[in-house]
Amino acid sequence: MAGVGSACLLVGLLTAVYAAGVSLYGARTGDRAAVVSGRRAIYCLAALLLAATAILQSAFLRSDFSYKLVAEGSSTDTPTFYKVTAMWATQDGSLLLWALLMSIFSTAVLFLTRRSLRDIAPYATTVLAVIAGFFLLLMVGWENPFTTLANPPVEGAGLNPLLRHPAMMIHPPMLYTGYVGFAIPFAFAIGALIVRQTGADWIRATRRFALVAWTFLGTGIMLGALWSYTELGWGGYWAWDPVENASLMPWLTGTAFIHSIMVQEKRGMLKVWNASLIIATFVLALLGTFLVRSGILDSIHAFGASTIGKQFLVFIAIVIGGSTALVISRLDDLRSKARLDSLMSREAFFLVNNLVLIALCVVIFWGTFFPLISEALTGEEASVGPPWFNRLTTPLALVLVALAAIGPLLPWRKASRFGLVRAFRAPLAVAAVTFVALLALTNAADSPLSLIMFCLTALVLTVVAQELARGAAARRTITGDPWPRAMAQLVARNRRRYGGYLVHAGIAVLFLGVAASSAFQEQRDVRVSPGDSFDAGGYRITYERATANLGRDSAGTGAPISFGAVLTARRGDETYTLRPSRNFYPSQDASTGPIGRFFEGEATSEVDVRWGLRRDLWAAVRPDISGLEPAIREGNEKFAGSNDTVQAVVIAALVDGYRNDPPPATFRVIDSPLVSWIWIGAAIVLLGALIAIWPSPEARLRRVTSIYAARLGKELSRA
Amino acid sequence: MDPQRKRKLRLFVALGAAVLLAGALIYTSFSASTQASTPSDLLANAEPGRSYELTGKVVADSVDKDGDKLTFRIRDREGKASLPVTYEGVVPDPFREGREVIVSGELKGGTFLAERDSLITKCPSKFTKDEQNT
Amino acid sequence: MEYGLAAILLAALVAAVVLRPFVRGVGDDTRPSASREELEAAKEAKYREIRDARLDVEMGKLSIEDHRAIDRELRGEAIEILKRLDELDGKAPEA
Repeated sequence: MAGVGSACLLVGLLTAVYAAGVSLYGARTGDRAAVVSGRRAIYCLAALLLAATAILQSAFLRSDFSYKLVAEGSSTDTPTFYKVTAMWATQDGSLLLWALLMSIFSTAVLFLTRRSLRDIAPYATTVLAVIAGFFLLLMVGWENPFTTLANPPVEGAGLNPLLRHPAMMIHPPMLYTGYVGFAIPFAFAIGALIVRQTGADWIRATRRFALVAWTFLGTGIMLGALWSYTELGWGGYWAWDPVENASLMPWLTGTAFIHSIMVQEKRGMLKVWNASLIIATFVLALLGTFLVRSGILDSIHAFGASTIGKQFLVFIAIVIGGSTALVISRLDDLRSKARLDSLMSREAFFLVNNLVLIALCVVIFWGTFFPLISEALTGEEASVGPPWFNRLTTPLALVLVALAAIGPLLPWRKASRFGLVRAFRAPLAVAAVTFVALLALTNAADSPLSLIMFCLTALVLTVVAQELARGAAARRTITGDPWPRAMAQLVARNRRRYGGYLVHAGIAVLFLGVAASSAFQEQRDVRVSPGDSFDAGGYRITYERATANLGRDSAGTGAPISFGAVLTARRGDETYTLRPSRNFYPSQDASTGPIGRFFEGEATSEVDVRWGLRRDLWAAVRPDISGLEPAIREGNEKFAGSNDTVQAVVIAALVDGYRNDPPPATFRVIDSPLVSWIWIGAAIVLLGALIAIWPSPEARLRRVTSIYAARLGKELSRA
Repeated sequence: MDPQRKRKLRLFVALGAAVLLAGALIYTSFSASTQASTPSDLLANAEPGRSYELTGKVVADSVDKDGDKLTFRIRDREGKASLPVTYEGVVPDPFREGREVIVSGELKGGTFLAERDSLITKCPSKFTKDEQNT
Repeated sequence: MEYGLAAILLAALVAAVVLRPFVRGVGDDTRPSASREELEAAKEAKYREIRDARLDVEMGKLSIEDHRAIDRELRGEAIEILKRLDELDGKAPEA
């Protein structure tokens, strides 16, 4: 079946080339049949890639090690859950996933716009086909996921244990959905520029795709942060690593884009800006996809010297060059007549919001590529670390939250002075009270920046609540509904607005969590023996006893050996138990010995977190197995030729030995206030985004009516 | 103020802010950066007291853990030049002999004294979506 | 040769699907024209703007005079769109 899979890819590539060509032909000659043919070709592409993905997934699920990808990334003892996700843990498989998502989204948008945007859609089809074709070319030419091995191994290497985490299963598909989602408005923007129809039509048609992309990308980024917090041994959620930054940058410009398209829809302004923004967003999405697999930046996501780095760079250069040339050639068509009336207007604040987001993106870009920049400028390769990033992004983040608070209070075009005073009274009062309360009752003043952020969060939340209350009150004067119904109706009828407000609230809460947990975190690294106690933050921690398990891995990742600890934490009246552990996965390297290989493979830290609304208690352990080494060496020699059962008994004995007489272990315990609000804030953002994306029932009703009206017209004209 | 002048003023303010930001970027990044080096770079010309970011591979059979302290030798990716490293702090999960690591610190008396928790290990396989940090 | 056979078969399937419009004709002409969908969407957006402005004045963000001016402008733009929709339907524009 691997041959069929490869055939799907090859035919897919040819189909993409055909789609691009025939759509272009149809666009230039007006041949409707050609345009329809191009659209159908994209549908076929999606079908082909679905088939290819199904074939590859079946190989993973069957543990068919004749497939190189399955042999390298999975094993018979990998849990089924992770067999499915192993596909996109590899270079080739992730390219297939990208192409699959690209074809599905393209199919969706072309189906939805099959009767509209007659001039733009064919060009957009060409662009979409070229993008999909590029990824297919990479697979067909260099990184074929269906490569087979002449001598399939009996057992596979297994999925990298660090990836055996539910968040890691959904993280890549989410990110790719985000990247691919932004390709849709990009393609239509290019089409609109080519045919010089630079009004808001292309925006209206692709706005939901941009929102969906933004939502998925943001969720993917948060899942990555969550994974870092719960799976890695350092206790942090964001490290300003190049690959993290690579996913954040398109999200930032994407956020700017979804704000400024509203200005274009309402006032017809910012056309050049929007076109440039979506081009930049898509380029950054490609860059993000590329960085993760290029090896050009020293990152812990080091995927080694890759075979497809150069191709990506060429493609990105073509996209940048072509798009820029197109925008410049259409500058006249993009000029708008409308002008900013007043600085105290929603348009003006959207513009400032855009500028701040771009500034953030520039800062992160600079810091991420600094090794290359400094080498080019000074000849020496230097890098900047998290402290630099934090120092420069924090003030910008504060301004952003402030804008999110003020923006909703302003109307379009121009705010009246009376309206402003009335709008700002309550929120400013609440913020002031918050400020005073925090100063008096907590030690928030120790970190002035955090204090400011807390007050800004209070500001945003008050603004959102006020908008909800005043809007509902306005409805009640007309309908007389009770409060809950008025509020629900208000949100239901103004989904974009109130969904957006909810997103603002979520972001404010998220930043609250970030500020509190970074500024007021307390961390202890200690080395203790069972029975010892130590202090961490406000807790008294006691290392009760060591644990050692064979074949029963609590995280469900399939680790044979797991050494850990039981800790009790006391704070006032509360007592908690934490059970961090360390999982050991066997190595494939036979030279480590039959016993030793179970301890010399990969090891992961299984963190235990006591989640809380006020604070999190996070613990990781690093058991010291150096004491077992003499026994392991002896075991390697004595039992070199023994069968599996004997070896298992030996290992069981070693495991028991650790449990009964453990040497001191190293612990890291972190007391982190308000960390959970980061995840809660992200969930609120997600809810708000879903509300904003959901189509309103009235729109649906009217669309159906217009189709009937059209049919009636058609039938009447025939009679 | 007539609209034209207002617009010009806004443009100037925006441009001014951009210039300020650019200046802050350039100044802070060049002064706060650590220089990436290999063992042979440091062996050849290392300034005492200056912070470096050392990249290289962990030499086989050189790893020794004594309580909290980890010592190992780090060598050039391709080459023999190596340096001893003393490190305290969190050791990332993929840390192993033969793997590529990045560690920050300074060279003192022939040994590289690493900053606490600055050890980063690169992932071994060709393409694994991994993040390992300290 | 599984690869070759599969490739030919798949290519044939795809060709059958994508060449159909050339063979069977498009038959698109009686469907509502493209610009109608776009005008409908523009009309929706304009209605939403009018409602947004009304919500703004009800909530006190916009003064009554400002709202009156904006509402007049938006309704004028909406009427233009409705006129163009009527023209598309073949009706004579209302005086």
